[in-house]
Amino acid sequence: PQWLLAGPIIEAELRSTKRWELTAEGEEIAREGSHEARVFRSIPPEGLAQSELMRLPSGKVGFSKAMSNKWIRVDKSAADGPRVFRVVDSMEDEVQRRLQLVQGGQAEKLGEKERSELRKRKLLAEVTLKTYWVSKGSAFSTSISKQETELSPEMISSGSWRDRPFKPYNFLAHGVLPDSGHLHPLLKVRSQFRQIFLEMGFTEMPTYNFIESSFWNFDALFQPQQHPARDQHDTFFLRDPAEALQLPMDYVQRVKRTHSQGGYGSQGYKYTWKLDEARKNLLRTHTTSASARALYRLAQKKPFTPVKYFSIDRVFRNETLDATHLAEFHQIEGVVADHGLTLGHLMGVLREFFTKLGITQLRFKPAYNPYTEPSMEVFSYHQGLKKWVEVGNSGVFRPEMLLPMGLPENVSVIAWGLSLERPTMIKYGINNIRDLVGHKVNLQMVYDSPLCRLDAEPRPPPTQEAA
Amino acid sequence: MPTVSVKRDLLFQALGRTYTDEEFDELCFEFGLELDEITSEKEIISKEQGNVKAAGASDVVLYKIDVPANRYDLLCLEGLVRGLQVFKERIKAPVYKRVMPDGKIQKLIITEETAKIRPFAVAAVLRNIKFTKDRYDSFIELQEKLHQNICRKRALVAIGTHDLDTLSGPFTYTAKRPSDIKFKPLNKTKEYTACELMNIYKTDNHLKHYLHIIENKPLYPVIYDSNGVVLSMPPIINGDHSRITVNTRNIFIECTGTDFTKAKIVLDIIVTMFSEYCENQFTVEAAEVVFPNGKSSTFPELAYRKEMVRADLINKKVGIRETPENLAKLLTRMYLKSEVIGDGNQIEIEIPPTRADIIHACDIVEDAAIAYGYNNIQMTLPKTYTIANQFPLNKLTELLRYDMAAAGFTEVLTFALCSQEDIADKLGLDISATKAVHISNPKTAEFQVARTTLLPGLLKTIAANRKMPLPLKLFEISDIVIKDSNTDVGAKNYRHLCAVYYNKNPGFEIIHGLLDRIMQLLDVPPGEDKGGYVIKASEGKTDEPNPELVKVSGGGYTLFLMKLVILIWDFRKKGR
Repeated sequence: PQWLLAGPIIEAELRSTKRWELTAEGEEIAREGSHEARVFRSIPPEGLAQSELMRLPSGKVGFSKAMSNKWIRVDKSAADGPRVFRVVDSMEDEVQRRLQLVQGGQAEKLGEKERSELRKRKLLAEVTLKTYWVSKGSAFSTSISKQETELSPEMISSGSWRDRPFKPYNFLAHGVLPDSGHLHPLLKVRSQFRQIFLEMGFTEMPTYNFIESSFWNFDALFQPQQHPARDQHDTFFLRDPAEALQLPMDYVQRVKRTHSQGGYGSQGYKYTWKLDEARKNLLRTHTTSASARALYRLAQKKPFTPVKYFSIDRVFRNETLDATHLAEFHQIEGVVADHGLTLGHLMGVLREFFTKLGITQLRFKPAYNPYTEPSMEVFSYHQGLKKWVEVGNSGVFRPEMLLPMGLPENVSVIAWGLSLERPTMIKYGINNIRDLVGHKVNLQMVYDSPLCRLDAEPRPPPTQEAA
Repeated sequence: MPTVSVKRDLLFQALGRTYTDEEFDELCFEFGLELDEITSEKEIISKEQGNVKAAGASDVVLYKIDVPANRYDLLCLEGLVRGLQVFKERIKAPVYKRVMPDGKIQKLIITEETAKIRPFAVAAVLRNIKFTKDRYDSFIELQEKLHQNICRKRALVAIGTHDLDTLSGPFTYTAKRPSDIKFKPLNKTKEYTACELMNIYKTDNHLKHYLHIIENKPLYPVIYDSNGVVLSMPPIINGDHSRITVNTRNIFIECTGTDFTKAKIVLDIIVTMFSEYCENQFTVEAAEVVFPNGKSSTFPELAYRKEMVRADLINKKVGIRETPENLAKLLTRMYLKSEVIGDGNQIEIEIPPTRADIIHACDIVEDAAIAYGYNNIQMTLPKTYTIANQFPLNKLTELLRYDMAAAGFTEVLTFALCSQEDIADKLGLDISATKAVHISNPKTAEFQVARTTLLPGLLKTIAANRKMPLPLKLFEISDIVIKDSNTDVGAKNYRHLCAVYYNKNPGFEIIHGLLDRIMQLLDVPPGEDKGGYVIKASEGKTDEPNPELVKVSGGGYTLFLMKLVILIWDFRKKGR
């Protein structure tokens, strides 16, 4: 290795030359003639049986070459089998002559084509000869004084280190990376989001149920039964277990009434609400189903106590897959329930939340969500893309969702959500979600991914020159 | 979110001014729309089919505008313009009127046969309308947008529009055996029976999507005029006889469906949008619908509803302090004509038939906030005082993840959905023994079941990373799903920890050591007598070195793995 070289005591210059040499077979041919010449010579004027010729040492190779040189011919009508005759009286053994030239150190007299033909026949070989020209180096010395590479306990105790020459460190070389395990980048980001929520005083909701009933996933959220999200094309339904076994029937009745007839100040959707539809099991399409369960539990506790909730977990969509969409992804959700919350409060909480992510320029756009009203999409100005990009969705849960649960009328619940994958892809500069999630991920990416510091300045995108 | 595509110049002409793209984008944002794309027919065709096909296409600039899914009144140029003009206070919201005809009212009689297939129908007449090519195209396009959205691809509601002058009422909406229905449908040159049509349309790229709605029913819905002319066979196709053209003056509109509320909304939207082009602007001629029970109603409903909302409620919900008068003005800009009444704090809001999305006071609050401008609202922090708690299982998971990495293992993140083969055949198990939950509508085999073990994901990760230097030491802590009739949905998540060691040499002692380390971290001592843990050979195939498993990952190497179900309450209960 480089760091062992103590300094240029000598200089060594590599010089390489190429020359042509005969192979063992080539040597033999230079001495005794080519196989075809040997075949030619072995044929007497009265000819020779082909079978006999083939038994000669040069027979097989020499026969076909001599034939193609038109030195000999075969008479297949001969009485005792095919017989070989000379065609010409004499011939020039070019192969032998050329090989002898090379042997005599005159390879340059042969053309490129002739040499390569001989090489193909494995009679010639090109040999590279490497030599070193050695001369005195700048630190040339005839006495050997070995530079120390490491400081040893003995040197320290004897004090000999004071007189020893030490080899300087080479800081250009790479160090040896420690053997270690690594955390997955997406889950590193998840940890940071958890941390942010905890810093903001939000309590984590249980979300460990991928399987959910349509009731909690849709009906409880006042999402009507004909809503397109409840389509087979968007949602994974279950064949087994196909239906939820238990639903809180009192509450179900209130939900049914609100959908089909209205109530709580609402016109309702005025359609025939079906229990069978609500029982259908599915893979939850959002963690808002878990939020609904949490709020329902909260509503059963009297008196009402204000809460701040969050969750980060997997959700599932039976959607068309592309570079940014998989059938499963992680959803981040925050919920605040208290008396008298306003849209201004929602915006204020979002500002604090996104500030902790290092996102300070925010803008809010009116939007539509089936279970929030007012609803607002959150946009942030992306310095790299030079435009406003959507970073989350938010709103105030509808009274038609909250009041059937039993929450007091003057309690408002504000909520927002975003995906975990999108900020992670932006953070780590990943364009295809398959490079981040799933078994096809390159482990080297996991090994190399830096810490997740969401509030630190992001790495500038690579410029043309750097790329 | 539905996208409406409008010609830019036509839009600006109707708005009475021009905008730069940025200005119009800004206006959209403020109003809750999104200028999604600026394009042209030529550009669209060239993108989809190449430059050659696009050669002759129009260069006219198109704006593609995303509209909120519940604003059916913004699904066409006419509605967008009206909404924006009222928002910018350039016009007052028009008042839509239903009028009785001078002569006989058009009747649509529903027979009881429709009850089992498509029981509801409503109708109306647009009298003395004046189309241009653009207006006509917009009329057709609005029907298509409604069909795709509120009508749920015609399943809930289907719209038929007809040249009334070619027909003679009263009309009958009935249901008949498909073999008994015969007519010349739109864009065909001869008559077919309904059976023949259903066959023909199987290869029609547009219509094939709607066939399933009636396909297997014994009777098909159909509408006739008094001479037996077929108006339409909803929700599939109209008759050719009554087709409308640019020159049509009087239009009979029928909406049939399985959802009465939505059928009425759809009819209201069409007539409010296009009565603009009638001789008597914004008036619609009523039609009478006679139900199978003999009762009858007139349509369109065009109902105006009054709501009363207190000004302080709006202020309190939004977080602003506006006078009742100002709030009424804001709401009026949102197409909700409002005035202050009573004690001066009450606002009376008139909900027009175009705003079917307003079903609760919270919808009115939102509109006030939009008109006020979301970005003008003062941000404040709620005073909600709470103590944060982590969910115990996730807290433990987080702690373990870090120490697993500290133990030299690398975390992977694999899919919760997989194929039956992954969790059964490939592990030498029978699928029924896995107690897996099964998905009924997977588009591919990758989404047949939820995983019952983390192992397949780890093995597939190894298989995809065989070029990486050895050893591979991987782990995952995540949820698996098992059927469980003791839960409300019949299935339950379990949090698993799974780790694999993959190398040229056997490494049982390494995975064993990891298990010991995890037990140490969980403060569980070895030895049964101390209430700790013991390792025993398992009956199952997956807990021992198994050449089958090695084959799965595709190498010739030995592989050891461990699985551990984290049951923190169990550890606690044992109360060592």
